[in-house]
Amino acid sequence: MYPGMQQKKLMFWRYMFNGLAVGMAYALVAVGYSLVFGILRLINFSHGATYTFGAHVVLFFIGYQTNIWLALSASVLFTGILAVGTNKFALEPLRKKKSPPIASLITTIGVSYIIQNLLMVFMGSERKSFPNMLDIPKLDLSGLPITEPQFFLFTISFALFIILTLIVHKTSIGLAMRAVEQNTKAAHLMGINVNQVITFTFFLGGASAAIAGVLMAGYYQLVYPTMGFLIGMKAFTAAILGGIGVMHGAFAGGLIVGLAESFASGYIGGTYRDAFAFIILIIILIIKPTGLFGKKTITKV
Amino acid sequence: MKNTNQVIDNFFADISNSIRKNRIIFSVALLTVVAFIPALGLPSYILRIGVMIMIYAILALGLNIPTGYTGQVSIGHAGFFSIGAYTSAILVTQAGWSMLPAMVAAAAIAGIFGFLLGLPTLRVSGTYLSICTLGFAEIVRMAVLNWDTLTNGPMGIKNIPYPTVFGVEMTLRNYGAYYMILVMLVMTSVFVHLIINSKIGRAFRSIKEDELASMMMGVFTMKYKILSFVLSAIISGMAGAFYAHFMRYIDPNSFTFDTSILILSIVILGGMGTMRGMFLGAIILVSFPEALRFLEQYRFVFYGLVLVIMMRYRPQGLLGWRSKSPYEFPKGVDPDKIARGFNNSSSQNKMI
Amino acid sequence: MSLLEITSIVKKFGGLTALNNVSLHIEEGEIVSLIGPNGAGKTTLFNILTGINEIMHGEIIFEGKAIQNKPPQDIVKLGISRTFQNIRLFQNMRVVENVLIGTHINTEYNFFDALFRTKKHRQQEILKAETAIRLLKAIGLEHRMHDYASDLSYGEQRKVEIARALATGCKLILLDEPAAGMNQQESANLLMFIRELRDNGYTVFLIEHDMNVIMNISDRIYVLDYGVMIAEGKPEEIANNPEVIKAYLGGVIEDAVS
Repeated sequence: MYPGMQQKKLMFWRYMFNGLAVGMAYALVAVGYSLVFGILRLINFSHGATYTFGAHVVLFFIGYQTNIWLALSASVLFTGILAVGTNKFALEPLRKKKSPPIASLITTIGVSYIIQNLLMVFMGSERKSFPNMLDIPKLDLSGLPITEPQFFLFTISFALFIILTLIVHKTSIGLAMRAVEQNTKAAHLMGINVNQVITFTFFLGGASAAIAGVLMAGYYQLVYPTMGFLIGMKAFTAAILGGIGVMHGAFAGGLIVGLAESFASGYIGGTYRDAFAFIILIIILIIKPTGLFGKKTITKV
Repeated sequence: MKNTNQVIDNFFADISNSIRKNRIIFSVALLTVVAFIPALGLPSYILRIGVMIMIYAILALGLNIPTGYTGQVSIGHAGFFSIGAYTSAILVTQAGWSMLPAMVAAAAIAGIFGFLLGLPTLRVSGTYLSICTLGFAEIVRMAVLNWDTLTNGPMGIKNIPYPTVFGVEMTLRNYGAYYMILVMLVMTSVFVHLIINSKIGRAFRSIKEDELASMMMGVFTMKYKILSFVLSAIISGMAGAFYAHFMRYIDPNSFTFDTSILILSIVILGGMGTMRGMFLGAIILVSFPEALRFLEQYRFVFYGLVLVIMMRYRPQGLLGWRSKSPYEFPKGVDPDKIARGFNNSSSQNKMI
Repeated sequence: MSLLEITSIVKKFGGLTALNNVSLHIEEGEIVSLIGPNGAGKTTLFNILTGINEIMHGEIIFEGKAIQNKPPQDIVKLGISRTFQNIRLFQNMRVVENVLIGTHINTEYNFFDALFRTKKHRQQEILKAETAIRLLKAIGLEHRMHDYASDLSYGEQRKVEIARALATGCKLILLDEPAAGMNQQESANLLMFIRELRDNGYTVFLIEHDMNVIMNISDRIYVLDYGVMIAEGKPEEIANNPEVIKAYLGGVIEDAVS
């Protein structure tokens, strides 16, 4: 074999693993969009900012020399509360008023703006370095085209994704979530506390976004207040691509977006990298807005 | 809150009802006041704010067409603004065009992109469409960033000539820029007024109210949704062209998501589907960061708060009241007479 | 030749057959009713007729032209218009503007006419405004034309919907439960109005639950049950049809007639 060919093969696998690792994190963020959409038929635009908030909480606590696990737990808790608060104070009143869907969308854009810019005011708008927590355990990956941070990003995200799936499909609160998703009114009549389910859903979305935020911040070793914008859009693309409202859709969508982006920037050129997600997004929205595994909805006249 | 809203609406509707009777006089008076502002000898940074207010008022009038009237929320209008600015700047600095034709070309090219962005409305609506508009603006920004040869990439385009009309430079110092944008604002307002008060405007509004019913009544909703984007893009592109020449420097960071959100906030604060609201919204949101310098760093937080608070407490916008004056029929129609003339033996007459 | 001729149309939603081999015909100047229990497929039939839903089999001929699976706007242009079961007015527009939307399809001026306020624009606007006012007068709502649609009562809103549908210049008007939510007096007035429509040359096809209305007004009645047309005939024939009585759990129709 020619050495050149070897090189090409190596690059291919590098792009592959990079795509898988990042894509898995996208999937984790995409779940947040999917869960909320499933229950409220709402695209929670503030999800990207929630993700950013999660990473910043950890950064804040690390600044006070806090133990990393403590910082992470705090981040999950506070970010979850932030997501729940967004729902309670901004979205729930709109639902009570039966506002049109557009009002909720604009509200979540506003919330995302408030979070992002408050972070700028209090934490600074510059890019800050973030400790790489992902290569704390030492692994021997020499000779393989995968780096330790990639390996851990993928494994941890995957594990979390499985946990989320188990929560939705195997627990009683998950059952309630699915019931509300199917038919809110009927679920309510069957004695399910719908508001509680919505609160829990937002908490779950916020918490998973926080973890994804910390993982990605650790992976790129960077934190900044606008970091959630692009990731948010990519994860949203992933959610739509897979079929919003479906867990395995978020999984497949995340991996496809991650891989597409990684290969495209590897083979076509990195400068347009971030545009790919948007192009995929617009194409999928136009061609098949229900995504790969999405359910078709019928408009009633 | 509902009652508070009703009280506010009533109050304004009464005022506007009395203004309406003398509205020509009122508009002329208002315009005269605005036209005499430069004569007050204000410092040039105040005039600059005035110009920025008018640029954003034009952008808001543009965004108002798809978003306020037609109900298609765009969060990517910075894209059209950017296309207009870059087109004109490139044509003038690289191809040696003069400003007015470049501005027309900018509006035309933005209009073409408006058509392209209108196409997804054939397939998607609501939130999905909004996300498409966002994606569009981001793709434009990335193209501008990466197409170095044409746009000079992240370095931006410097030393763009001042706006010139028939060889005269329009600057802040000779008040030319102020009057030029004022004329553009008046023209845009008249344009929007004429279109909205026609079957086209009615079609736009019916789509916002109930797209399916509109379609079932024979409105080619797709055509009108695309048209709303095209008109909006043309207006935004024109504003962009002026902006490039007025600022004399543009780079990709002049047209970000923040810009799109500012325009949307103006439309929502002022009142979607009203023209008066666009002026008030632009005045408040553009002058706010200047007036409250100590709050400068909070300005984007404030825009976010505007969106959230308005949606919760006053979704119709500050000036979004329902008119109390009767519907204005075209001249030559006397509704009472027609209604009376059809009084008896209705079965004898054909209804149409 | 019938004005409208529907031949064995089939409509399925997923595995559910909403309409199975349904045929009917409507002659010019008739008032024809479509009745049937909830979920029988009545509104679906209207939706197919007006181009909202597509069919897989069958044929719909209106004035000699096949109109199945055509876009709604084309169907309106050909002369079929409708109202909706759940009122779908443009709530934040004025009553007269709602009716003007109906005239939209026959308002013949373009963008530039509007922009430059040409003579054509002025003439058309005057003409359509007059049409709208006349229609509102005819339906007894001329005093509410300046009001916003959402400020009207339920019964009034139904009437505006009818005026809006007529404004399209249709020949055949489909009324989806026009009497729903109306009180006795209002529905009596509505009956008169529907007859007037027929006398003015319109053809009326309506879905209705109020048997009083149906039996009083219809020239012919079709009965749909679970997607199958089970009966057709004059009101008295339908009232005595055992199958129809069975579908309605007996009695109701006889009460209404007697």
